[in-house]
Amino acid sequence: MSILGNRLLRKEDPELLTTGARYTADVDDPRLQGAAHVSFVRSTEAHARVNSIDVAAALEAPGVVAAFTAADIDIDPPPLVIPPLFPEEMRRPWLASGVVRFVGEPIAIVVTDHPHQGEDAAELVFVDYEPLPVITAAEQAMEEETLLFPEFGSNISVSYGDGGDPDLFAGCEVVVEQRIVNQRLAACPLEVRSTAAVWDGETLVMWSSNQNPHNSRNRLAGIYGIDREYVRFICPDVGGGFGPKINQYPEDMILPWVARRIGRAVRWTETRTENMVAMGHGRDQLNIATIGGSRTGDLQAYRLVTIANVGAYPSLGAFMPSQTASMAPGVYQFDRVETRGVAVVTNTTPTEAYRGAGRPEASEAIERIVDVFAAEIGMDPSELRRQNLISPDAFPYETGTGLLYDCGDYEKALDLVLAEADYPALRAEQRRRRRSGETVQLGIGLCTYVEITAGPFPGSEFAEVRVHEDGSATVYSGTSPHGQGHETSWSMIVADELGIPVDRIRVVTGDTEEVAKGSGTYGSRSLQLGGAAVKKAAAELAEYARSLAAELLGAEPVEVVLDKAEGASFHVAGSRTRAKGWAELAQAAASSGGLDAAASFKASQPTFPFGAHLAVVEVDVETGAVHLTRFVSCDDSGRLLNPLIAEGQRHGGIAQGVAQALLEEMVYDEAGNPLTTNLADYAMISATELPSFDLVALETPTPVNPLGAKGIGEAGTIGATPAVHNAVCDALAVFGVRHLDMPLTAEKVWAAIKASTAGEVPS
Amino acid sequence: MRTRLEVNGEVHEHEHEPRLLLVHFIRDLCGLSGTNIGCDTTSCGACTVLLDGESVKSCTILAAQVDGQSVTTIEGLGTVDDMHPMQQAFHEHHGLQCGYCTPGVVLASISLLAENPDPTEREIREGLEGNLCRCTGYHNIVKAVLAAASVPGAGEIPA
Repeated sequence: MSILGNRLLRKEDPELLTTGARYTADVDDPRLQGAAHVSFVRSTEAHARVNSIDVAAALEAPGVVAAFTAADIDIDPPPLVIPPLFPEEMRRPWLASGVVRFVGEPIAIVVTDHPHQGEDAAELVFVDYEPLPVITAAEQAMEEETLLFPEFGSNISVSYGDGGDPDLFAGCEVVVEQRIVNQRLAACPLEVRSTAAVWDGETLVMWSSNQNPHNSRNRLAGIYGIDREYVRFICPDVGGGFGPKINQYPEDMILPWVARRIGRAVRWTETRTENMVAMGHGRDQLNIATIGGSRTGDLQAYRLVTIANVGAYPSLGAFMPSQTASMAPGVYQFDRVETRGVAVVTNTTPTEAYRGAGRPEASEAIERIVDVFAAEIGMDPSELRRQNLISPDAFPYETGTGLLYDCGDYEKALDLVLAEADYPALRAEQRRRRRSGETVQLGIGLCTYVEITAGPFPGSEFAEVRVHEDGSATVYSGTSPHGQGHETSWSMIVADELGIPVDRIRVVTGDTEEVAKGSGTYGSRSLQLGGAAVKKAAAELAEYARSLAAELLGAEPVEVVLDKAEGASFHVAGSRTRAKGWAELAQAAASSGGLDAAASFKASQPTFPFGAHLAVVEVDVETGAVHLTRFVSCDDSGRLLNPLIAEGQRHGGIAQGVAQALLEEMVYDEAGNPLTTNLADYAMISATELPSFDLVALETPTPVNPLGAKGIGEAGTIGATPAVHNAVCDALAVFGVRHLDMPLTAEKVWAAIKASTAGEVPS
Repeated sequence: MRTRLEVNGEVHEHEHEPRLLLVHFIRDLCGLSGTNIGCDTTSCGACTVLLDGESVKSCTILAAQVDGQSVTTIEGLGTVDDMHPMQQAFHEHHGLQCGYCTPGVVLASISLLAENPDPTEREIREGLEGNLCRCTGYHNIVKAVLAAASVPGAGEIPA
């Protein structure tokens, strides 16, 4: 019987639970003995001319080894993340020189023997600023009165789509429009950014808390003008990623330069306060959604206009409007869809991918506007959805934005959550509370979503499987996990293919010297590409072993079968005694390069997981406080390899989705000062604000890969935010509130109730 | 200045700057890297250890303040082959993903059960409010602690 589909406990856990993991700051490699510590002096101004930087006093401070400013750095800054897309004039410098463009931008480097000396010395660096006008909001940037890059001549870094069809909504009886702010968030991995670098002869060795070691290696090789084999990039255990650790930052990538300059290994670990202002933020889009249809609830046309505030320099965040646009129509069948978007620069922290990366913005916009439309025509939001969902027999389905949805059964997902939550009973209870004018009102929110994983260009992933002379195996994978359980999952796949027990399989990831190539872990790509590559490599290895066994047994390969049961061995069909085990085969292959197979799996297209979420909230109309009391989700990510791990991914995503709806926001004042720069001020969600989640199972295997798997890493954030948002707006409908922007804090909800009525539930 | 602490049953005595935090004493002077640092405002709980059996955030205490006291870190509970009941419960219920908050959450959970051996789900959620996790959505953490409550020894520090 196959091990696949079982709730196998994670192999990673015992070590993480007892000795603790080995994160970058914990690495005690001998080459890092006596490493110096790097601290960054960061801009305290959002937009200013820098007249001078004086490091003299810092150089005199105890333990200071060196101090550097932009003028000292003699290598070109890193290339743009997506070079043809973003303007060269907006390329980010190593350190700010001449102009600073956001609070937190690195402006000088201080190198010390010990970290605390760096904190002290950095404060002694004197910077003379001359303030410039500040832009913090996307629409303000669109006015083009103040330019961040005057030499480029515009704050728009990139535009997507076209549109402007004046007849888009022709024939629609009802057209509604809603401006939706998808606020800026901080990713908050528990481990902040941390990197160590050393030159070992001609070879650069780097340890870093990162999601994509091979790509990081390639960028470093380019920056330092050395061959890739002279860069060894290692991701030790990584304490959470969530997107902003896909790419390295100037602070990471300059470390080899510092190390070479001072002739000593260097380490850098930021503080949480630095992390909140200098690691990439997420979201921050203004979405204007317009939807048209008939009074009887047939949706016909949809337009989504996106203005993304991507911070001071375009990075991955500037690509998000295109992700949002492509997923704009969601699960609905429209006759006409139009999208356009821009990514504008402002004096805020640059944005990056953040769990969901463009798709939560798309689902939030469509799912809110569908609820607004339902309210407008007086239809139950579950009915309006059901009436317009793409039907299960329409797949593969080409969307109005040019994507090909692989498979799905959207109505089934909706039905499952409605049944699980007993939707009619919830509506009855809502009516009762409304009639009786209770001070705690009920809100019910729905979201039916589809998302794109391993997209938009799925690419390929690499794996190698080697069987050793003791019969154990090692998997080398190009994915780079940070909590997703690849050690367990890849072991299960190899065990299933080769019959070698899971506990005799080791998994190696995140080291460019050990793993030949790879593309890392992001975009919910790992299982469908990396897992499929492991399966392919293992299958090829089994074929090689079969031919080897045949040779040793004096049989034809077609006569030899692999018995995967206990003591897995190849034997001649019908003769169990004429057999060769894995250890014997590996020993036999030792002289001819070993028992080893490598493979890349390339997917023909991305996959499109889908689902439905239902949130129940209680809103205290006297205080505005919102309590999420129930959360039901159905998330279909195709065939499940390990339901335990898949459920864990759903839980985490849901929590982050709820957090956006109710609590979290990176706040700036008008002068561009970030006000939520630590975990005391930034309302990162805790255990008390959440209920346990009610997960409903649904598996629709995709034909796109041999595992039948779609991505599950980001589903939670894509479904949960609009479900909770809709629930709060549903509770407030009784006060005539149509829409309120997130986060739905008590203050905001209370003010909306006060503004609309005297705070009493209208009879 | 000089501080003497019993950490996981072993005596550690070190010379250090007066401003040294307990978490740095544990990580840098004792060489125990299982205790993680997640913030700088006593908000996240990643650095939680047991001080004379009670959970504290080790980033909020000066090493000098606790001279002569006894500290338990994650390394002082069970081993890979013989986990503490709380560690075992987290394993069985998938109560961890990236593992960064985990040592702090496990120690805080032991302290929680020591104070309240039979907590409700709500009491567990409130008891762990000071420990932030970004991976699990807390769902399986709560499940693990609820399950551990019925296992003898889950609220005790090994002798």
